[in-house]
Amino acid sequence: MKKVLMKGNEAISEAAIQAGCKFFFGYPITPQNEIPAYMAKHLPKAGGRYTQAESEIAAINMVYGAAGCGARVMTSSSSPGMSLKQEGISYLAGAQLPCVIVNIMRSGPGLGGILPAQSDYFQAVKGGGHGDYNLIVYAPSTVQEAVTLTMEAFDVADLYLTPVMILGDGILGQVMEPVEFIPPKKRKLPKKTWATTGNDGSRPNNLINSLYIEADVLYERTLAQYKKYDLIKEKETRYELYNTADAEVIIAAYGSTARIVKSVIDGLLEEGIRIGLIRPITVWPFPYTIFEEYASSDKVKKFLTIEMSMGQMIEDVKLGVNGKKPVDFFGRTGGKIPTYDEIKGKVIEVIREVTA
Amino acid sequence: MKTVFEKTKGLTDKTFHYCPGCTHGIVHRLVAESLVELNVLDKAIGVAPVGCSVFAYEYFNCDMQQASHGRAPAVATGIKRVLPDSIVFTYQGDGDLASIGSAEIMHAAARGENITVIYVNNAIFGMTGGQMAPTTLIGQVTTTSPNGRDPLTDGYPINMSEMLAQLIGSTYIERVSITNVKNVKHAKKAIKKAFENQINNKGFSMIEILSTCPTNWGMTPLDSLKWLDEKMQSVFPLGVFKEVK
Repeated sequence: MKKVLMKGNEAISEAAIQAGCKFFFGYPITPQNEIPAYMAKHLPKAGGRYTQAESEIAAINMVYGAAGCGARVMTSSSSPGMSLKQEGISYLAGAQLPCVIVNIMRSGPGLGGILPAQSDYFQAVKGGGHGDYNLIVYAPSTVQEAVTLTMEAFDVADLYLTPVMILGDGILGQVMEPVEFIPPKKRKLPKKTWATTGNDGSRPNNLINSLYIEADVLYERTLAQYKKYDLIKEKETRYELYNTADAEVIIAAYGSTARIVKSVIDGLLEEGIRIGLIRPITVWPFPYTIFEEYASSDKVKKFLTIEMSMGQMIEDVKLGVNGKKPVDFFGRTGGKIPTYDEIKGKVIEVIREVTA
Repeated sequence: MKTVFEKTKGLTDKTFHYCPGCTHGIVHRLVAESLVELNVLDKAIGVAPVGCSVFAYEYFNCDMQQASHGRAPAVATGIKRVLPDSIVFTYQGDGDLASIGSAEIMHAAARGENITVIYVNNAIFGMTGGQMAPTTLIGQVTTTSPNGRDPLTDGYPINMSEMLAQLIGSTYIERVSITNVKNVKHAKKAIKKAFENQINNKGFSMIEILSTCPTNWGMTPLDSLKWLDEKMQSVFPLGVFKEVK
């Protein structure tokens, strides 16, 4: 298929449709409005159905009902709306239902602002809702990567029976880039024999549920869930290494921020200065091991985490680095996007410290 | 010997956890019998709420989903959108439907979702030990209205059936009770009709069933029935509030 120029939000929507998403439950909030609009227009043509919910709470619970029937289903929102969805996400995780949830992050807390931010990292990877659970969280950096990961997210959700989140930011949602829709590598997916479709008089009743009143039962079920999470950590952890060989300073950045960082890295390389980037693609599971590996290298002197937040992913970077090297931070938040010059200035400051 | 009554196949053999004198058991039976008599049990998908009937999924002999508090109509919407030929019902109490879930029920009705809602109103939060509900009567004593519900601080009871009947999207709204054989028989008819409407793609139907809670009302089962007939019915009158033919 040839490349087409698309806005991030629309490309994510098209990717979902091509991945077999048949049901979408939406509610308006900036800067993700192109997703429900695209789904409303194009999903029916693909044999699916768009439903506008009365709230983000209703939307995520509609996702629960639809996912419980075995359909490929998606919802999207932005930060304040994602807060409202957290209860439903906890139920989806508890009931082990596959679905895809898109968060095109804006700034917070509260109503915050509508400009890009990465300050929902904690909410996305450290739980968000109540109880012991995790989501698989993809943090695409380009529109093409958003397409690829969205298409794969449906398979991954069906494989592990878990909600999967696409964690983008307002830049990714609004930017236009050329993209190609290439189906992901086929995975062997289990049949959804657990789905509530009516027992047809031919099988035992199916139940979608997260209530286990006996402590022993819930304990065992949670342990099984965490065994699954171990498998996800082993099989699905992803990151990109950029220019890390021989680098004394390693930057950690994800999503749109990582793209600005890459430009700075390229610019400094032209000046003969070598710094590297570890870019987590899955922020859950987080690629701790690669950070530990680089932290253990004599060559690496310091890490620098750069985020559009006051410092959230830095806590995971520190867990990976495990005290072996210092971890510095640079952040812009409230809808302010860190500029090339700001990041370059901070990087040069860190390099001076390291070489001093 | 001639069999005059049998437990319906629409219910499992699981023993109800409900308190003595509670009328949930009757309502469960009426719903289950209706599904069997209409021959749709095998394509029924029920949605259990949070509240006393949270374990409804163990009693109805069909596929079930357990929803978060108040969101059963949204969950049912998701199910019905995926499987429009299935028979989808929610079973909700007044805490679930009239309090935390008031938005979800309102919009499911407004969308004209082709589902059946069984709304059991006993004027109190039962499962959590008898707190004031939006449906609690003025003067009614609960753990959170120890001196009786005072309209100055606690407001007034919500009449969900009357409200939902105002929406263009609703098809059939009736309030019934189960305090005597005649009422039970009539309640069964209403519930069955609510399912028939769904089978015939007529849209949103809700049956509100006035129900007793002897445990949290602090009355005997018989006194509870009497209180329902005399006190509850004066605030929540029985009748058909909407029927689109």
